[in-house]
Amino acid sequence: MRLSYPTNITIIQVPCTGRVDIIHLLNAIEDGADGVYVAGCLEGECHYMTGNLKAKKRVRYVKKVLEELGIEPERVEMFNLSAGEGPRFAEIAREMDKRIRELGPSPINNLKKAV
Amino acid sequence: MIVADRKPIQEILEMVKDCKKVLIVGCKGCVTVCNVGGSKEVGVLAATLKIAFKKEEISIEMDEKTLERQCDPEYVDQLKDMVDDYDGIISMACGVGPQFLSAAYPEQRFFPAVNTTFFGGAVGHGIWEERCAGCGTCVIHYFDGMCPIARCSKSLLNGPCGGSADGKCEISKDLECIWDMIVRKKMEHGRIDDLLEMKPAKDWQTARDGGPRKSVREELANE
Amino acid sequence: MSDMKAGSNLEKVLKAGHFAFTGECGPPKGANVEHLKEKVAHLKGMVDSVNVTDNQTAVVRMSSWAASAIMVQEGVEPNFQMVCRDRNRLAMMSDILGVYAMGIRNMLCLSGDHQRFGNHPQAKNVYDIDSIQLIAMVKMMRDEGQFMNGEEIDESPRLFIGAASNPFADPFEYRVHRLAKKIAAGADFIQTQCIYNMDKFRDFMKMAVDMGLHEKCYILAGVTPMKSVGMARYMAKSVPGMDVPESLIKRLKDAGKGKVAEEGIKFALEQIEEFKEMEGVAGVHLMAIEWEHRVPEIAERAGVLPRPEV
Repeated sequence: MRLSYPTNITIIQVPCTGRVDIIHLLNAIEDGADGVYVAGCLEGECHYMTGNLKAKKRVRYVKKVLEELGIEPERVEMFNLSAGEGPRFAEIAREMDKRIRELGPSPINNLKKAV
Repeated sequence: MIVADRKPIQEILEMVKDCKKVLIVGCKGCVTVCNVGGSKEVGVLAATLKIAFKKEEISIEMDEKTLERQCDPEYVDQLKDMVDDYDGIISMACGVGPQFLSAAYPEQRFFPAVNTTFFGGAVGHGIWEERCAGCGTCVIHYFDGMCPIARCSKSLLNGPCGGSADGKCEISKDLECIWDMIVRKKMEHGRIDDLLEMKPAKDWQTARDGGPRKSVREELANE
Repeated sequence: MSDMKAGSNLEKVLKAGHFAFTGECGPPKGANVEHLKEKVAHLKGMVDSVNVTDNQTAVVRMSSWAASAIMVQEGVEPNFQMVCRDRNRLAMMSDILGVYAMGIRNMLCLSGDHQRFGNHPQAKNVYDIDSIQLIAMVKMMRDEGQFMNGEEIDESPRLFIGAASNPFADPFEYRVHRLAKKIAAGADFIQTQCIYNMDKFRDFMKMAVDMGLHEKCYILAGVTPMKSVGMARYMAKSVPGMDVPESLIKRLKDAGKGKVAEEGIKFALEQIEEFKEMEGVAGVHLMAIEWEHRVPEIAERAGVLPRPEV
């Protein structure tokens, strides 16, 4: 399958979304990502039992942090799909790309470089 | 252990708003165990603060350090070569930490990033409950392993009060009535007679009511 | 007179073997003395003694000792309530001496509702001592002439000591033992929580009588007439340790519009009739919450008037 998805998305592969920590999501935002999402396995189908559920809670936590900081929590999201769902993967990528484009650039990217 | 909760981010931001260079100091003691002030949480707080400052177009430098413990001068001492490099230092230890740091480095300003809440333990993953009030005179053995001083909303020694219903405390349906648990355990083990005599009023002198406390152990103290 | 513990009217009525009838009055949420006097006037001659609540439900009101003192001036005997929530033992003992000095002769010792319910949930709670220890303290002051620390009191406060009992709180099996504990600590009389579940109360009284508690202490059964279906539902659902059977709620509902309050009074009157005959019950404590003006009518219909002159 040669499915196309937006090229502005950088994919970071992890063995399980349970490996994705709060700090990774925050670092992405801090380093200038306009949005970041976690694509995990379907709930109840985690090879490591609860990895994707842990990731879901961490995503929720980061959303809360962003909200506290006055940044749109929609910039961070969790999606669940199975490994065999290539078209769904591309669809999610396009969906997230559309959402972030509507939100515009992350407010932290306004920092004028210190001289 | 001592249990704490992270302060709201806005409150921490307000504390350090005039700082250009900040150090966040974690503690590997209790606050690491209750996932609020160990090296991991130091990293999360640093990232969060950096995002907040970037958003306001303010540049700030932020460093991270986690001490073995902040309640021990020996470990507090490890900051001495770096402490002057910062405009302010955030401590993620319990309330003891910022005070030991302030005492050791009187020229520096230390800000607490957590609210210290109670002495307790984890009853489930991510859930902690109070167990001890540090009253200085333990009475747990009278109550089959449950402390009414810490766990009864009214610290009754002769409970349960008239507000105990369905095993819950009158102040919240989410709170167990510890006196209900004490009475039931006593009945179950045939020891209800233990509760028929009035427990006399408590001597609170050993608790915080007797003033700030100090513990000296001759066999250990030098001098 | 010499064998009287305090010599209050309530004590005399009970001692003489009369069926006691006590009332209740909450002090004003302010310094409105006239309003208090007005409420008290409704109760004059209708009851043997009037409970004066102490920041009930943890809502700030005029102090119970001051309202009690005003009542004494008005010629109505107060039953001064004191909770353990707001005072430490120093304040308690000084207030106990104070109320006695003001001519108050009855005192009811309570734990008090937690401040979480009240209008100042930010307050620090005290609970230096609990209600049972308070009973023992008042008794020690009266009978031993000593403060809690063993120091002598120059003139002891002679108070008739009351305590509360809630037969409907949990664990039910232990409730009668806690009552016994209060009596052993020094309670002269007991006023129970509002009773609606008569079956459960009968069981409770049977246990109390089997233990001989009614011979050591006067037990007054608590009655609060239901004013509306809403009140019944609220008490059933939201007041911890209150037991309102569904059958009573149905009975009130079935009474129909405009007749609920009358049905509530009827139920209360039936209860009072039963309490008059119930073994171990020495009287009724009528808590007509913000319904003081209806007390004369209820007392009349309950057949408890005139109150004995003792």
